[in-house]
Amino acid sequence: MVNGIIGKKIGMTQVFSPDGTVTPVTVIKAGPCVVVQRKTAQRDGYEAVQLGLVEDKPPKRVTKPLLGHFGQTKRAKERGKQPIPPTRILREFRLESSQDSTKVGDTVLVDQFRENDIVDVVGTSKGRGFAGFVKRHGFGGGRATHGSMFHRAPGSIGASAFPSRVIKGTRMAGHMGVERKTVKGLKVVKVDLEKNIMLVKGSVPGPNGGYLLIKKRIV
Amino acid sequence: MINSFIENIEKQQLRPLPEFGPGDTVRVHVRIKEGDKERLQAFEGVVIARKHSGVRETITVRKVSFGIGVERIFPLHGTIIDHIDVIRRGRVRRAKLYYLRKLRGKAARIRELDTRPSEAKKSK
Repeated sequence: MVNGIIGKKIGMTQVFSPDGTVTPVTVIKAGPCVVVQRKTAQRDGYEAVQLGLVEDKPPKRVTKPLLGHFGQTKRAKERGKQPIPPTRILREFRLESSQDSTKVGDTVLVDQFRENDIVDVVGTSKGRGFAGFVKRHGFGGGRATHGSMFHRAPGSIGASAFPSRVIKGTRMAGHMGVERKTVKGLKVVKVDLEKNIMLVKGSVPGPNGGYLLIKKRIV
Repeated sequence: MINSFIENIEKQQLRPLPEFGPGDTVRVHVRIKEGDKERLQAFEGVVIARKHSGVRETITVRKVSFGIGVERIFPLHGTIIDHIDVIRRGRVRRAKLYYLRKLRGKAARIRELDTRPSEAKKSK
């Protein structure tokens, strides 16, 4: 059984519960996904499945090597590969045991999640460009007024005589965002199997329309 | 752009409400839980602001209780609201009546809105 799904962030809203509290939720279009490849311990060294996200719009152009991966070329068919419609997004999910019966062509849906399940969501954070210390590392900065000549500068980045160089990894200004980020322990608020929609409490990384991995928390 | 998926989720939560706006006096009946019992508590006052849209819409209701101004912000579509009664329509010229906070007594009155159909409309 696959313990995860590929999704697309749609946006945020809020839901009222019967006791009157408001829950902020992220709406995720999760799946439907199709198993494109099954990786095994003997062949690949680990047990996993490669899932493809089936979207409303299929990819416009698919390269011939990729078509072969999806089993669409003549040669792939001769080798006995099952043809699958190409998808734009491919992601891998680990399987727990080699006895797993998941095979190529299977569909993976949101029905694996239930309300109040705990999930981890992986996404690519929004790009912030070249960001300064204050934004990137949460430095305080200096006073704006009262003759302060120190505003958003970093301050000291090391000692002079020894070690007489800047230590590697010192927090400085630089590129921020567009990183793989995982948010752990989010609660599933609602699952709509018909529309392939799930609501998750709280925020998830990335812009609206960004791709996400939703993994079930294994206790 | 409002996404149709989000719109759908929000639409299900919208509740029917009477027509009212800033300047109107309303009585908001709030569900209050005491132990395992539930009762209604009314909060009556002037709507001084109506903010946001859709499920996020809120109203700010102001009343003067024992000489002290009290304001409560209610989520209009929240499940804690049982129902809202419109008591009196008020004629005001702005959308946010924050100026009422500085006024007291006679100065803080609001003229009643004339809801009768006008002469011009009658003759037609």
